[in-house]
Amino acid sequence: MRTEQEHEVLRGLLGAWALQACLPEEGAELERHLADCPDCAEEGERLRRAAARLRADDPLDQPDGLRQQVLDFCLTRRAADRPLAPWAAPYAAETAKLDALLRDLGPAEWQEVAELPWHGGVPRRRPAEVLCHLAAVDGLLAQALGLPDPVPDGAPRVPAQGGDRAEPADPFRELLDRTDRLTRAQAGATPAAVRALWRAQTQAVLREIGPAAAEAPVDYGFARFAVRDAFIDRAFETWIHGDDVARAVDYPYAVPAPPHLRQMVDLAARMLPGALAGRRRHAYTGPAPSAGAARTLRLVIEGPANGEWLIPLDGPPPTGTVRADEATADEGTRDEAMRDPVAELVIDGVEFCQLAAAHRDPAHLPVGEYGDREAIRELLAAVPLLSRP
Amino acid sequence: MTAPDWDQQMRSRLARGEESALGELYDQLAPLVHGLAWRILGDEAAAAQLTREVFGHLWEHPEEFDPELRSLRSWVGELTRRHAVERLRRADLGEAEIDDRTADAQVQYVVAALPLPLRETLETTWLDGRTYQETARRLGISEQATKQRLRLGLQLLASALDSGS
Repeated sequence: MRTEQEHEVLRGLLGAWALQACLPEEGAELERHLADCPDCAEEGERLRRAAARLRADDPLDQPDGLRQQVLDFCLTRRAADRPLAPWAAPYAAETAKLDALLRDLGPAEWQEVAELPWHGGVPRRRPAEVLCHLAAVDGLLAQALGLPDPVPDGAPRVPAQGGDRAEPADPFRELLDRTDRLTRAQAGATPAAVRALWRAQTQAVLREIGPAAAEAPVDYGFARFAVRDAFIDRAFETWIHGDDVARAVDYPYAVPAPPHLRQMVDLAARMLPGALAGRRRHAYTGPAPSAGAARTLRLVIEGPANGEWLIPLDGPPPTGTVRADEATADEGTRDEAMRDPVAELVIDGVEFCQLAAAHRDPAHLPVGEYGDREAIRELLAAVPLLSRP
Repeated sequence: MTAPDWDQQMRSRLARGEESALGELYDQLAPLVHGLAWRILGDEAAAAQLTREVFGHLWEHPEEFDPELRSLRSWVGELTRRHAVERLRRADLGEAEIDDRTADAQVQYVVAALPLPLRETLETTWLDGRTYQETARRLGISEQATKQRLRLGLQLLASALDSGS
């Protein structure tokens, strides 16, 4: 005869038993009890029937583009009183896409190692570490919007011995430091917890932005971005690193929607004059820019994100990169801006972005080139310099 | 943020017409809505259309959701099922056929509507074929709590299926 206490203990096991989730010896003991105890036998049978109805809620792949389709449909039925800024839309879409990929990752896939190439090397990180990296850099944007920084404070920097470090400071040191600190702080956390931390911050920044924040500065350490550009930059990084993770676990990963891709291309095009100048300073190659002889190159982007940009090759002019197609509204401006580019480079938008992420070899890219080959080589070599660790 | 707080805030943000809230809502609930729609309708184009309808309805009428009465997940699950059944009726399907198609979806919807701790424990155990001890370790809760949650979760599921809700 069993005591009341033993009965309660075995009864407590019924749910696990119905799901075949207890140890064999526990199951055997419970089944002996069921033979003598009609109450438990009845409940056990009932729970078992319920458990048998469970189906794997296999997360059905959402068709690409359904998110945008649904949101557009909603917004035509009722316009948003507080619309999302167009420059924040790529970030909203890319973070959602990455989150959907993460939802599908099993325990073994969280242990895979992704390669994250940039022009200075190929760091290898597990998916949770990739998320720490993304969250650490997103944290700069969060701070600019008045949100808390997820990255714990680091130890005060020890000045180099004698203070006579000859080599120039690594421009990306701040980003790497932040990534390391957050990765260390989250080392003991489950992948689900790291995913939640990353995701909560992405949602918080999207909640926080208003039109007023567009021009506020975000300090990346090596450069400053306006908030509107920082959002596009973060969307770009989220896409590229999401793609890195997807490659490591062998999942398909869609490219950004055309209007989003176009904003990413535009940001890269605007940053190119700086990258060209940096390359020239480092390598002492190419002619020094001479006043009055500023060359430009016409960048023609093909594919869904198609458009044209005029890239100054000899240092940023006062006006910076001109979006050629934007100038079409004013024929006069257009004629002036389009005058005499020394070369034209035709490239697919996705390939251009992959090159800007140093995920392609500039020497082996299918491109169309017309005019000054040297100028084109120069530009193609500079594009990957936009990449960061 | 606790789930009821999230529900409450989501409702206010939708009512204020925040586009960022609409995106967040979609990301949180699209797997449930699209999954249910696909399961009941068995057709990708129809499932996508129904997903649009359900989110369109939520976005236009956030005030219909009452956080005091139930969770947003459960309300949206039921809304989806209702819309899907209406669609099948319009297509002149017999009630028997409709019941048949909604039976599996019903389980999914009932599970989706369980309180988060119960749902999480049930799914972690069942989907990946874990023992309750492994689930306890994974979720960082005691083995005792895990056993209780599994039993309670299945009891709620059994009652909901019996009453045909």
